[in-house]
Amino acid sequence: MTDIKKNDSHEKKSNTSTESNTMTTTQLTTREKVELSLGRRRAAETRFRLYGMASVFFGMLCLVVLFTDIASKGTGAFKQTSLTTEIVLDSDYLNLNKESTIDEIRFANFDGLIKRHFAKMLKPKGRSAKRELFKLISPGASWQLQELLLANPDAIDTSVSIELLMDDDVDQWFKHDRELAEGHMNDRLSDQQLVWLNSWIEEGKLDTHFNTLFFTNGDSREPELAGIHGAIKGTLLTLMVTLILSFPIGVAAAIYLEEFAPRNRMTEIVEININNLAAVPSIIFGLLGMAIFINIFGVSRSTPLLGGLVLTLMTLPTIIISARAAIKSVPPSIREAAYGLGASKNQVVFHHVLPLAMPGMLTGTILGMAQALGETAPLLMIGMVAFVVDVPGFINDPSTVLPVQIFLWSDSPERAFLERTSGAILVLLSFLVVMNTTAVILRRRLERRW
Amino acid sequence: MKNILALSAALAASAISMSANAQRDYISIVGSSTVYPFSTVVAERFGKSTKFATPKVESTGSGGGLKLFCSGVGSATPDITNASRAIKSSEVELCAKNGIKDIIEVTVGYDGIVLANTTAAKQISLTRREIFLALAKNIPNPDGSETLVENPYQTWNEINPTLPKSKIEVLGPPPTSGTRDAFAELALEGGCKTFPFIKAMKKQDKKKYKAVCHAVREDGAYVEAGENDNLIVQKLVANPTALGVFGYSFLEQNSEKVQGSLIDGKLPTFDAIADGSYPVSRSLFFYVKKAHIGVIPGIEQYLAEFTSEKAMGEYGYLAEKGMIPMTDEERDNVLNTVKNLIPLTKK
Repeated sequence: MTDIKKNDSHEKKSNTSTESNTMTTTQLTTREKVELSLGRRRAAETRFRLYGMASVFFGMLCLVVLFTDIASKGTGAFKQTSLTTEIVLDSDYLNLNKESTIDEIRFANFDGLIKRHFAKMLKPKGRSAKRELFKLISPGASWQLQELLLANPDAIDTSVSIELLMDDDVDQWFKHDRELAEGHMNDRLSDQQLVWLNSWIEEGKLDTHFNTLFFTNGDSREPELAGIHGAIKGTLLTLMVTLILSFPIGVAAAIYLEEFAPRNRMTEIVEININNLAAVPSIIFGLLGMAIFINIFGVSRSTPLLGGLVLTLMTLPTIIISARAAIKSVPPSIREAAYGLGASKNQVVFHHVLPLAMPGMLTGTILGMAQALGETAPLLMIGMVAFVVDVPGFINDPSTVLPVQIFLWSDSPERAFLERTSGAILVLLSFLVVMNTTAVILRRRLERRW
Repeated sequence: MKNILALSAALAASAISMSANAQRDYISIVGSSTVYPFSTVVAERFGKSTKFATPKVESTGSGGGLKLFCSGVGSATPDITNASRAIKSSEVELCAKNGIKDIIEVTVGYDGIVLANTTAAKQISLTRREIFLALAKNIPNPDGSETLVENPYQTWNEINPTLPKSKIEVLGPPPTSGTRDAFAELALEGGCKTFPFIKAMKKQDKKKYKAVCHAVREDGAYVEAGENDNLIVQKLVANPTALGVFGYSFLEQNSEKVQGSLIDGKLPTFDAIADGSYPVSRSLFFYVKKAHIGVIPGIEQYLAEFTSEKAMGEYGYLAEKGMIPMTDEERDNVLNTVKNLIPLTKK
């Protein structure tokens, strides 16, 4: 009906002038145009949705490929090949007795004892055969015996059953190459070595066990002895220093800028600078840290204290910005109600605004910490990219952090370090997931709605 | 809130002052990335077998290490720096200026760099001059005039008719690698200075001389194959006409797959590198601050471990990690230096 009416009016008007005629034609066809274009617009929307879905899918695919790659390479790091054997801790050979001091035990020739044990067991012929045999066993095996005896000095002269660590070449062969066809074999092992290894496998002596050393040891040049305990402890100490320094300073700065600072040029300049600092490449903070903390204050290199100080500089802007946003989001009605009841400015801020802004501040802080957790560039400048075997005890012991450990391992020639690199990445990722989940949970729990 | 603020400020202040005043109880080592793998092995074994803390080893490069080393005396500065080259007189002066008078130089061993091809192809014999002509970016004009032209050679026989008629294709490490630096310095520069007019340049314009002698061509004849020497070995097997540049230890471990080329008539063998007759080899060193001995615990014992037979000796664990050990005579010299802590005399 309406169509006909419109057509009528159109005809009536068309009598008056040709100009208005064309005008009404366009008016009329606008609707038609809309209807006509509707299909095109819907198609555009569908297309855009498809693009969106495709990009989400692509992102997810990349993530899945990355994770499966790391996980498939890294799972090997959590297992270590070892050989179960009975070995007599000969007191004459070791020149020890039950009353031996710790130093005497440390200097005892456990390496020789193990070599003698295997030479007796397999009777290799000639010097080169002996060398090949001894290469199968990790240098860590003697430290295993040493630790065993340090823990229990009475074990001397008894026969102990121990899972001796095997060399990384054996480990890689046992875990990955054993099933491969001839020709693709790991050529790091000779035929004679393979004969020995296969006989051990038949006897059921050679097996993989959960690699506890990976979590209890510091770094090592022998892949089978290398662990992430030192790096994790270093990371925790560094983050602790960062948190203790950056959280109070960041929150105090945010409160001052948001609540107390007079609105003037000076404040504006400070604000702009804080926002700019958040975008400064992190290596610059490393250089700054080196110039100020090492050269002026004399903080020692490679310590979590120094790392924490440098990372504090880096995370402060992030924390200040997020804390200010959290304070801003507290509704004015709360402040006004508090003022109405006669609270002072200080009371309003610390009794009302701060508790309500806290969840937002905490989220920002945890995200800042997560960023600090993954940082290597600024640490390069302050000597934290170092080979550190001993697990750091406190913030002034030398240490590395997890991402640096990953970087150092990825650079190592030994093949077994490849899976340890991936293993350490898995640990780092799980740390990040835990931190971010905590941020989400905290926000959910503490968040208030008004 | 205020309490937390005050507390953390006090904590930070005390921590900083504590760490600044504290006496370090571990050895701090910096320096060359080439010596790093050997130094870390010794450090680890030293830490495990003695009551001292395991030394901290940083890989800063030889130059960076010496700069840190020479920055002063005291527990804030490193005790030992590794170097894949000898200390320069300018660095000795810098050290002296900052109060470091006695530096003990310890030679660790040798490191050889080889040019190799697959065992399936014929062994090649090259001179350093030929290596320079094949790989440098700019070379002296082949017509004999004393000008530099962009490297025109595409096949080996264009350089020397006795060489095979195959494309010049050399796989080697990227510029970030120490092996590449040493290769440029020993092989390329060695060939470069056989041209008198370039050698003369050294006195007039050292920078330009270095730029000419160390620049590697970028037109595809030199292929940067990454830092991974294992990968280069694999690529050589797949490509019989290609040559590869890598450390001697990889040649030794893959001797059934690749063979070293003769350079200036010398094969890269264990003995030839050890006695210095193979031209592309260098000594590795570390330097110790004498003033720190006795102050930082364990330095003397670390030196003893490093120079012991089981580490540095012919069958020591360092040789197993790919270092070329010194002759017994040279080692005796080093042992004497270490035992009596004889400092470096001015060069």
